[in-house]
Amino acid sequence: ATGAYPKRVKVVEVGPRDGLQNEKNVVPTPVKINLINMLSETGLQVIEATSFVSPKWVPQMADHTEVMQGINKLPGISYPVLTPNLKGFQAAVAAGAKEVSIFGAASEQFTMKNINCSIEESLERFDEVMKAAREVSIPVRGYVSCVLGCPYEGKISAAKVAEVSKKMYSMGCYEISLGDTIGVGTPGSMKEMLTVVMKEVPVGALAVHCHDTYGQALANILVALQMGVSVVDASVAGLGGCPYARGASGNVATEDLVYMLNGLGIHTGVDLQKLMDTGTFICNALNRKTNSKVSQASCRL
Amino acid sequence: QEPQAPGLPEYVKIVEVGPRDGLQNEKVIVPTDIKIELINQLSKTGLSAIEVTSFVSSKWVPQMADHKEVMRGIERHPGVQYPVLTPNLQGFHSAIAAGATEVSVFGAASESFSKMNINCSIEESIERFEEVTKSARNMNIPVRGYVSCALGCPYEGNIVPDKVAEVSKRLYSMGCYEISLGDTIGVGTPGSMKKMLEAVMKEIPLSALAVHCHDTYGQALANILTAIQMGVSVVDSSVAGLGGCPYAKGATGNVATEDVIYMLNGLGINTGVNLYAVMEAGNFICTVLNKKTNSKVAQASFNTGTSN
Repeated sequence: ATGAYPKRVKVVEVGPRDGLQNEKNVVPTPVKINLINMLSETGLQVIEATSFVSPKWVPQMADHTEVMQGINKLPGISYPVLTPNLKGFQAAVAAGAKEVSIFGAASEQFTMKNINCSIEESLERFDEVMKAAREVSIPVRGYVSCVLGCPYEGKISAAKVAEVSKKMYSMGCYEISLGDTIGVGTPGSMKEMLTVVMKEVPVGALAVHCHDTYGQALANILVALQMGVSVVDASVAGLGGCPYARGASGNVATEDLVYMLNGLGIHTGVDLQKLMDTGTFICNALNRKTNSKVSQASCRL
Repeated sequence: QEPQAPGLPEYVKIVEVGPRDGLQNEKVIVPTDIKIELINQLSKTGLSAIEVTSFVSSKWVPQMADHKEVMRGIERHPGVQYPVLTPNLQGFHSAIAAGATEVSVFGAASESFSKMNINCSIEESIERFEEVTKSARNMNIPVRGYVSCALGCPYEGNIVPDKVAEVSKRLYSMGCYEISLGDTIGVGTPGSMKKMLEAVMKEIPLSALAVHCHDTYGQALANILTAIQMGVSVVDSSVAGLGGCPYAKGATGNVATEDVIYMLNGLGINTGVNLYAVMEAGNFICTVLNKKTNSKVAQASFNTGTSN
């Protein structure tokens, strides 16, 4: 049965960070700042701005301090930043960050390949961040990667996802964003995974972060909404390819998500036209076509 | 294949429209032998219905001018239906003479669309179709009915669900065994799909309904999922997502068969179709057309650098 949908959904915009980090072309600081400023005018309440990771590992985010200090911070809008460890956290706070995110994974191999340690070790690092964040009253969002599949391990057990989610939630993350990192999930596996995770983490603290690599993102998000999830991550213009499948798409496009939510009568507060204009801006700057089908269709009708 | 999710159909029939709806809406006209090869490849994938061509005057649809040669040239696999479009009695006779054993008629829920597309009112089009279904009945030829603009019209905008139900009922009553509800410009969402199906399901049994979703706004799979959750068990799609949208230049049209199968497999729903075989057929036709596939599953599968 289709069931009832949430009346409101919070859209978490990850384009400036997750999107740009996974684009081929590196974008100059002023363009990043303009992108975030334009997004701030669309009605979005959460815009992930940058990542305080060493530029040795993520050169695309090397200008994190300048971006953080350069953007207009509108009241009512949160600008979370990634902080992989205590050092990154401290740099983020010094640069003016008021919310941070930490990235865990439901796969040991992915964690090893991605951040060079085990899941357990990563949680220990995060614990240091949590402690420091608590002291300065900074909210922390937790991400769990590979929730519906791993590029190295293949199938991922829902129980493992629940275990990692629970640990991060218990540590003090106010929200856990469950990421289908390689987009292999389907409404079937999404439902199965959420059923298990929802036994350990309240649905009000859950978000989904779906990749559209196999075209399944909106269908997966629909199922999550049907199960009571009311926070959805997306990336303007569908910025950010998939590093595990060359040429394939990655993040779901915020425009396409908002179009669907509008059609369901779900309130987001987001102005679709302003969002599309922002997508047009960043695609021109990146010299690439949009990944948003709504944007592609609307330009020509 | 995953264990079946409760409440969903156990089996979904996929109706492959690539060779007709797909190729008709591609920029490049495809040579007859390529069309035949594509259909022959699709016949080996497990698909049980492949729409092969259209018996419309080549003056209107030059891409389908070779309808007779295609009909006569394809391998006819047992257990596979090869329906063809027949807009009127003349087309119907021509189709039968060429060996067709199933035909389709195309109605619309929008007066403006009907006028612009086939130059007559909905009522006049129904009269033409009745001539076809009468003849078809005499010869035991099944007829599938399509209703275009079920979730929106490029000219009229919003379409009232009751209108869709009314036209569907006319087609069903005249003898169409199945009604395929088409979101012609892909503007539908799970919200409008649900409302439209609720109205149509009052008039037509669920088992006689199919959905034909376009992915122009990226909503196709979510709309198909909604339809399946409501009990619809027949879905139209196009290999490699062939066929753009003539109303939004550069935008996509048909949903890709590969992406639909991937979703249905993940839901534990049986289709009988081999995904890899369809991807290969998609790869073949895209190579010939010198275009990138519109299927995300195909894009991801052919490019992945790691073992998935």
